[in-house]
Amino acid sequence: MPDPAIVACGLVKRFGPVVALDGINLAVPAGSVLGLLGPNGAGKTTAVRILTTILKPDAGQASVLGLDVVRQAKNVRAVIGLAGQYAAVDENLTGRENLRLIGQLTHQPRSAIASRAEELLARFSLTGAAARPVRSYSGGMRRRLDLAAALVHRPPLLFLDEPTTGLDPSGRSDLWTVIGELVGDGTTVLLTTQYLEEADRLANRIVVIDCGRIIAEGTPSQLKASLGATIIEIHVADPADAQRGAANLQRIAPVAVLDGHRTLAVKVPDKGPAVQEVLRLLDVDAIVPESLAIREPTLDDVFLQLTGQHADSGPDAPAAPTAVGSGIDKGGAHDPAGRIS
Amino acid sequence: MTPLAASADLALPSPRRSKLTWAAADSLAIARRNIVGMTRRPQLLAFVTVQPVLFVLMFRYVFGGSIHVPGASYTNYLMAGIFVTTVLFGAQNTAIGIAEDLHNGLIERFRSLVMARSAVLAGRVLADALRNMFVIVLMLGVGYLVGFRLHTNAAALAAASGVLLLFGFAISWVTALLGLAAKSAEAAGAAALPLTVLLTFPSSAFVLTRNLPGPLRAYADHQPLTATVNAIRPLLLGGPTASHATAAIIWCAGIIAVFAPLAVLRYRQAA
Repeated sequence: MPDPAIVACGLVKRFGPVVALDGINLAVPAGSVLGLLGPNGAGKTTAVRILTTILKPDAGQASVLGLDVVRQAKNVRAVIGLAGQYAAVDENLTGRENLRLIGQLTHQPRSAIASRAEELLARFSLTGAAARPVRSYSGGMRRRLDLAAALVHRPPLLFLDEPTTGLDPSGRSDLWTVIGELVGDGTTVLLTTQYLEEADRLANRIVVIDCGRIIAEGTPSQLKASLGATIIEIHVADPADAQRGAANLQRIAPVAVLDGHRTLAVKVPDKGPAVQEVLRLLDVDAIVPESLAIREPTLDDVFLQLTGQHADSGPDAPAAPTAVGSGIDKGGAHDPAGRIS
Repeated sequence: MTPLAASADLALPSPRRSKLTWAAADSLAIARRNIVGMTRRPQLLAFVTVQPVLFVLMFRYVFGGSIHVPGASYTNYLMAGIFVTTVLFGAQNTAIGIAEDLHNGLIERFRSLVMARSAVLAGRVLADALRNMFVIVLMLGVGYLVGFRLHTNAAALAAASGVLLLFGFAISWVTALLGLAAKSAEAAGAAALPLTVLLTFPSSAFVLTRNLPGPLRAYADHQPLTATVNAIRPLLLGGPTASHATAAIIWCAGIIAVFAPLAVLRYRQAA
């Protein structure tokens, strides 16, 4: 096994009475991608700030590429790249000027700064916009420039703090492709995200944190397996049908009855055969669904499963998945402690 | 395509330059970035160019007729006040600029780089000094057009500019601290405004303080803007300078001694 690129041991950080990190341990092998998954305020950004030397931990230790993030902060900064939650580029400078500025500030050889900027602009499809002020860029272009800025000094270790938050699906997909290429080149990446799909797509291992603690870790497939990969929602006209269907389907997968006894939510391990099996069982009982929906588990499902609380209890938390999630938990085979929700 | 992830030693800081040389290079890079940014923002550029010109014209023609000062034309009297006031107004940009950098994540990025940590503030203050030099030249030109005449010599003018730049440097640390402490760029601007007004108007910039009512006069006579104006005015128009200049330098040194460490401390703490 290669030497770990990131090692963290018992990291604690408090902001006044708030414990942002409550003893985090991490070990990220060189060349791999760790996804740090968690809701807003879980402590993801605080962890990134400590590992990138921006904050000092109150307790615990961390090193990146063998360098201590507190005692050897300056050396650490030479070998890391950070693309933060905001596209942290200067709006008034052009894309080219932004990259050259970072080249100067990372103390690159003067002769190499201009060519490195052009190389990155080309790589991130920004050559055409290179002479325009960033103010005129779209959100996706800003994020690409931000990522390019993090790469100017060719860091072998990259921290990406919610790299696609706020992007539309096509912008997100573009950025995923670029990050995938970086990983292919051998860059070690620590990525924070609120999106299970993103962690699934990019990460070799996922660490789920909540309230400053690690509450689960594993490969994406391990985490999804523990959740059930797919949720099938079946809507029926008659609540009696729902009851009969639930009793029958319970034999093959965890089932929850929701929505005034007219919706069944079945948690199945895969899409194809399981869907067929569910439909066959419904047919046996002569239950005709009004509609049927198949969806992937969301971060909310992960959190409900692991903590009994919704990932985001803020005002913009979607109501529908919440109801499904809690129902799943009541009927679920993985229900940790018989919670009442 | 060149691999983006190359060996770490490519990225290690070059040992060819000393720490101090790098800090200076980083500060210059940041200062340049701030100046370029200023020229790209029409509203800021207007603030820097139009506002001082308007000040000269307004005070010269609107108040010029009603304010009489003994021993000098109001236009000549006015110029020292206009210079210092304009430098003070310009320092609001420092508060706004630093607050913007802080809240859009740019300072966070800078902190993750090998660059000298001092360069963000030093570069900002340096850019302010350059802006102030530009503004001084501009106002001298406009002043000349509306009747201002230098009654001393080039050395005294240079000394006046030096005092002015020192005052600008001192005030930049105050507004830098405001910018670092503010919740947003708008809040930073709002916080800098009362400071500006309270220093500008109850002062010797535009009127004789001896005409002010008692307590206001006491304040106006003992505040840094008055001290700076009183130092610059004789450097432009003639008259005793030594004690006024000493007072101005002491005020500025005191402001720097208090606010520069506070701003640096706040910068280190700002997350």
